[in-house]
Amino acid sequence: MDCRISTPFTKEKAAELHIGDMVYLTGTIYTARDAAHKRMMEAIRQGRPLPFDLHNSIIYYMGPTPARDGRPIGSAGPTTAGRMDAYAPTLLDLGETGMIGKGRRNEAVRQAVIRNGAVYFAAIGGAGALLSKAITSAEVVAYEDLGTEAVRKLTVQEFPVIVVMDSKGNDLYEIAASKYCTE
Amino acid sequence: MREINVAAITSCVRQMCMDANYHLSPDMQARLFEAAETEQSPLGRQILEKLKENLEIAAADQIPICQDTGMAVVFVEVGQEVHLTGGDVSSAIQEGVRRGYQDGYLRKSIVRDPLTRVNTGDNTPAVIHYTIVPGEQVRITVAPKGFGSENKSRLFMLVPADGVDGVKKAVLQTVREAGPNACPPMAVGVGIGGNFEKCACLAKQALLIPTDQQSEDPQIRKLEQELLAEINKTGIGPAGLGGTVTALALHVKTYPTHIAGLPVAVNICCHVNRHETMVL
Repeated sequence: MDCRISTPFTKEKAAELHIGDMVYLTGTIYTARDAAHKRMMEAIRQGRPLPFDLHNSIIYYMGPTPARDGRPIGSAGPTTAGRMDAYAPTLLDLGETGMIGKGRRNEAVRQAVIRNGAVYFAAIGGAGALLSKAITSAEVVAYEDLGTEAVRKLTVQEFPVIVVMDSKGNDLYEIAASKYCTE
Repeated sequence: MREINVAAITSCVRQMCMDANYHLSPDMQARLFEAAETEQSPLGRQILEKLKENLEIAAADQIPICQDTGMAVVFVEVGQEVHLTGGDVSSAIQEGVRRGYQDGYLRKSIVRDPLTRVNTGDNTPAVIHYTIVPGEQVRITVAPKGFGSENKSRLFMLVPADGVDGVKKAVLQTVREAGPNACPPMAVGVGIGGNFEKCACLAKQALLIPTDQQSEDPQIRKLEQELLAEINKTGIGPAGLGGTVTALALHVKTYPTHIAGLPVAVNICCHVNRHETMVL
């Protein structure tokens, strides 16, 4: 099913989505990859504030290429989500409701998704040029020294993603291949 | 003896870093376009159409096909009749990478130390492989390699008794484990033989072979065809969301090996299998 979703991404909105749904996101999302996640975890441990409010937030696992003049961002496709598995359950427990990346997640993430009624979306890997067209603004909000890994606040307009793990913990990757497997 | 100033090498490397990141080679692009026609899954076809559109935008806007503009891998074949002048050739190559990634708005993805992990800020150093060959030319290939797929690559030290079935099992296992993480449809480079490090290098070089080129060795040609067909039966499909096109290309390179060994390396690459070559 195709649907359009605006941020903030509440649990009510998350509950309506099912694996295989094509979702067009509009609103505000935040980028963070390995190094930014590590710093956020340190901030949580030390009781320091996070770069943005996690409540009903969507984190996009992405590190862009530099923007050319007159553009908000460069190429901007998803990175492998599994590298964030060590950190994601903590952030989900603190209010994050959506993750965008690509590739499989571990069982701890799946359990955190179920526990919190969150959703894991896949963006098309290797389609960074195309995906950049759905980003209308980008601003570094934390950890600027990390370069491409800094936390960015993105404004997106009909950003295309696919639900690969829904709030019930169903995993599209687990079932997708079997349909076309001819071994 | 022919003299070549290393400044020319800097200039070539700079240009190839940019070109490789904005354009796929025509053979790789043709395979992707073909896949968009033959894929059986409707969602898979939709994804492949998006990847086609992505290539058009990248070329038109001079924006990288993928945000992971890779670690630059540079293969240099130096003719033994060539005298390189004007400075250190390795520094000249690194300077070319530095300028290409800066001037081309490419991502800087390299950290100085694998454990302390501070970004070098200019995407250097590249990984450089030199070979000395007959002649008076210098042939340079730049292959920026993304790590979503590099992380899913594997090396197996099989034993001779494992034979061709063992090789197939290793390749299929690697592809299955890579699955959606390596941004399928993939290109697969397989190295068989040599020793530990030679085998890995063969796999990397196998990714540079044009998609329409087949091995001259009938036995290897058959192996390539069988492996590609078997990979496409896994059902992994475009973006790992199910389908009949999981790999666009697979090539095998071999080298003599030891009586006790059968090394197999599988270098996985996503569909953004980038490489540019120039001859000086």
